[in-house]
Amino acid sequence: MMTSSLSTVSYIGATILFILCLGGLSNQETSRRGNLYGIIGMTIAVVATIFGVQVMPAGLPYIIGAMVVGAAIGLYAARTVQMTQMPELVALMHSLVGMAAVLVGYANFIDPAVSVGLTPAEKAIHEIEMYLGVLIGAVTFAGSVIAFGKLSGKITGKPVLLPGRHLLNLAGLIVVLYFGYRFVNAHNVQDAMVPMIVMTVIALLFGVHMVMAIGGADMPVVVSMLNSYSGWAAAATGFMLNNDLLIVVGALVGSSGAILSYIMCSAMNRNFLSVIAGGFGTDSGASPAAAGGAAQPAGEVNPILAAEAAEMLKDAKSVIIVPGYGMAVAQAQHTVNEITQVLRAKGINVRFGIHPVAGRMPGHMNVLLAEAKVPYDIVFEMDELNGDFPDTDVVMVIGANDIVNPAAQDDPTSPIAGMPVLEVWKARNSIVMKRSMASGYAGVDNPLFYKDNNRMLFGDAKKMLDEVLGALKS
Amino acid sequence: MSLLIGVPREVFPGEKRVATVPEVVEKLIKQGFRVAVEAGAGDAAQISDDAYRAAGAELVADRLALWSNANVIFKVRAPNDEEVGLLHEGQMLVSFIWPAQNPGLMQQLAARKVTVLAMDSVPRISRAQKLDALSSMANIGGYRAVIEAAHEFGRFFTGSITAAGKVPPAKVFVIGAGVAGLAAIGTASSLGAIVRANDTRPEVADQIKSLGGEYIGVEYVEEGSGVGGYAKVMSEGFQKAQREVFAKQAKDVDIIITTALIPGKPAPKLITEDMVKSMQQGSVIVDMAAEQGGNCELTVPGEVVVRHGVTIVGYKDLPSRLAKQASTLYATNLFRLMEDMIKTKSIEGDAVRIDMADEVLRGTTVINQGEVTWPPPPPKLSAAPPAAAKPAAVVPKAKGHGHGAASGPMSGTKTAVIFGVGALLFLFVGRYAPASFLGHFTVFILACFVGYMVVWNVKPALHTPLMSVTNAVSSIIAIGALVQIAPDLTKISADLSRPGEWIRWLSVGAIALATINMFGGFAVTHRMLQMFRK
Repeated sequence: MMTSSLSTVSYIGATILFILCLGGLSNQETSRRGNLYGIIGMTIAVVATIFGVQVMPAGLPYIIGAMVVGAAIGLYAARTVQMTQMPELVALMHSLVGMAAVLVGYANFIDPAVSVGLTPAEKAIHEIEMYLGVLIGAVTFAGSVIAFGKLSGKITGKPVLLPGRHLLNLAGLIVVLYFGYRFVNAHNVQDAMVPMIVMTVIALLFGVHMVMAIGGADMPVVVSMLNSYSGWAAAATGFMLNNDLLIVVGALVGSSGAILSYIMCSAMNRNFLSVIAGGFGTDSGASPAAAGGAAQPAGEVNPILAAEAAEMLKDAKSVIIVPGYGMAVAQAQHTVNEITQVLRAKGINVRFGIHPVAGRMPGHMNVLLAEAKVPYDIVFEMDELNGDFPDTDVVMVIGANDIVNPAAQDDPTSPIAGMPVLEVWKARNSIVMKRSMASGYAGVDNPLFYKDNNRMLFGDAKKMLDEVLGALKS
Repeated sequence: MSLLIGVPREVFPGEKRVATVPEVVEKLIKQGFRVAVEAGAGDAAQISDDAYRAAGAELVADRLALWSNANVIFKVRAPNDEEVGLLHEGQMLVSFIWPAQNPGLMQQLAARKVTVLAMDSVPRISRAQKLDALSSMANIGGYRAVIEAAHEFGRFFTGSITAAGKVPPAKVFVIGAGVAGLAAIGTASSLGAIVRANDTRPEVADQIKSLGGEYIGVEYVEEGSGVGGYAKVMSEGFQKAQREVFAKQAKDVDIIITTALIPGKPAPKLITEDMVKSMQQGSVIVDMAAEQGGNCELTVPGEVVVRHGVTIVGYKDLPSRLAKQASTLYATNLFRLMEDMIKTKSIEGDAVRIDMADEVLRGTTVINQGEVTWPPPPPKLSAAPPAAAKPAAVVPKAKGHGHGAASGPMSGTKTAVIFGVGALLFLFVGRYAPASFLGHFTVFILACFVGYMVVWNVKPALHTPLMSVTNAVSSIIAIGALVQIAPDLTKISADLSRPGEWIRWLSVGAIALATINMFGGFAVTHRMLQMFRK
């Protein structure tokens, strides 16, 4: 058994390790060490807790049993998941944290022992913490499950908009507040049970409703927002249990997710509230109706064949590849890497340009390219590359649309006006690989397609890239 | 009845180009024009009359009839006195004019009450690139300059070791990295020569490198970009420093190609006689600025001369020496201009009424129905400013929170409001919350700030691993379950009925769920990070 001071010191050590863990991710070289710090920190925290004063040896068999089951499932999932499914996995894991927070909250709630010896003010605060912890946990859980469903295609990616949805949310909030009041004023667990359950149900419904209303392409924001929520749920649980380690870690995770959401929102030039209010993003290529009367670009598109695309690439001195969600859908990242290798072997300068919201979660494209073994020092962010397009011979856009739309800069009436985009139209030539002429998630036609120096390569990204690769090798 | 485009044969001595080619004739006819070509117009460019006829053009043997019937005349060279006399009121002439150099011609044309579009006056903005005939001609000229140099030069361009001895590579120095200069750099380096280049605009250094050249800068601080991407006249001090650089290069290199032009001014004299003397016997200078007087003091415009053992090529007709290629590109430029005129409704049916609000047409039109409209108002800068200004107007000003690097500092009032609200909140907490809560609250607030500081440093490329690792870390919630599964109950009075089983199984469930995250999250993060490699 450890003494109480020893546990506290262990917690401090674990806290430092967690901060170092997040700090280690500031670049690729230190990131693996960062992950190791996280593992060590977690081990210290769990061991210090199990052998600390708060856990009697009688609980050990249950703990070990639960952890073995959880570890087996977790490791299996981590080993088998495909990199294109990372967004789904992450969403699913958020839901687990949310559910765990709900369970811990309930366990704490039905335990009368915890409020023994508390002053009325302390008791009230404790109850509010408990109520909040379960609330956030339930929203996280339900929202993440829906996000998982949407990302894995089990639920439609289109926003599902109920009539008067803002009013519904508002009504939910009022009910939750009212029952919160009743909950705090309840004298015993039996009285408090009804408000608690009603609140949980409303929170679950709210989570479902909130994510259902958000379209597929806004998923990067949703995933990072749920990431943030799972952190706040942990922090609220920490307050409830008077556990500083939980509070610190919850706050770290919460602010990390909040920053990611903010970065994603500014990458789309959208207000966070308008994303959460939902209804804008539809699944890619679904909505033909352009919002807001934006000027429709006119002109002819110039389709080409894979062999011609290969010729263009072969003749180029510098090439930039801009991948989008389409590459992930077609699982084309390995072919992209092979093409990259062939071109680099010919002495062609090949680089990748990644838009912050390309794909379905922050950094999605980077992970896919890394999986395909594309060296990360040729993968660049939007801002690093935007100045280089005028000196680039060929830009190849794979399954991306709105992130390369010049209307965002040229057309103030466009729904995506002001969104930062990759300025691919400034390159000498561009090749856009797309399945059809359908517009992107914003429903905006893309004037890039009609530019004189743009060529369209229609077809499934994987199939077309295979043909390009074949032509390059021959 | 549709507009008739007349394409006469070029009469300027040695001019081999022609203002349209059969491929473009077809396109013009598709746009609704009729095209008449003077018989023999394409002979010098190796394009037969039959080819024009096959493309749908009328062949006209009578030169006067062609000039009098056509609504629009396409030409390459500016019209000579006789040709000006053939123009009549209401006609439109499209050709090179050089209004700055030819004020007399401008007056004559204005007197004929015609509309004149000068292909040398196309504004240098991105939208007008497709009709920028100067660029397409300069491109050809740059290529040809290297070919002429190779012709006069007595050695290989590329270096090699042969059985018969070692061949050193030729060294080429290109002055002026505009379109012509860049074309020359690319051509010379692809022939295997060592290419160096200088330009008064330091920003073209990358373009020079991209074509295989080495940028030779002048160590003197002055910005040389004029309006619209052209060079401007430099100061005395700069010119002195520049001469020193050129003198040094002249001693070293075998071939000098000069392309330095300043719009509306005679070409600057950059290569002095002394520099020519310092060059090796058999060296070559190709002076692409010969038509505007030449960059070399010894250049004789239009001729090849040998001075101090150095061959100085002063041809004024380099593009014309690749007549077919030059004609094709020029014809396409003219076609794009016609397309633009139709698009802007400057040509509607038979009526020609130039849309002077269109920046491209405004700049190109030097005489509008007898009225001189040259020079146009200065062009807007071609590069960043307009593009940058527009989004600035669009982007909503309020950026929400003052998060880190992405946004600027908040306005004073907004900061004050946020701090005020924060202060009230803290006051409230301080007034009512018990001491035990405040400790945790402190920790919470500080942790939020630490998280904020740390996470801003995370690379966007690592955002997915960041999410999965924070996911793993948030499984710390397992601790919440751990402390409830078997607490020390000895201190609690026995009369409390505690649903121990319920609590235990809820906790077991929470531990299992959190552990999935704990192991799964770290493992998948590890897997991902393993993949990131150089």
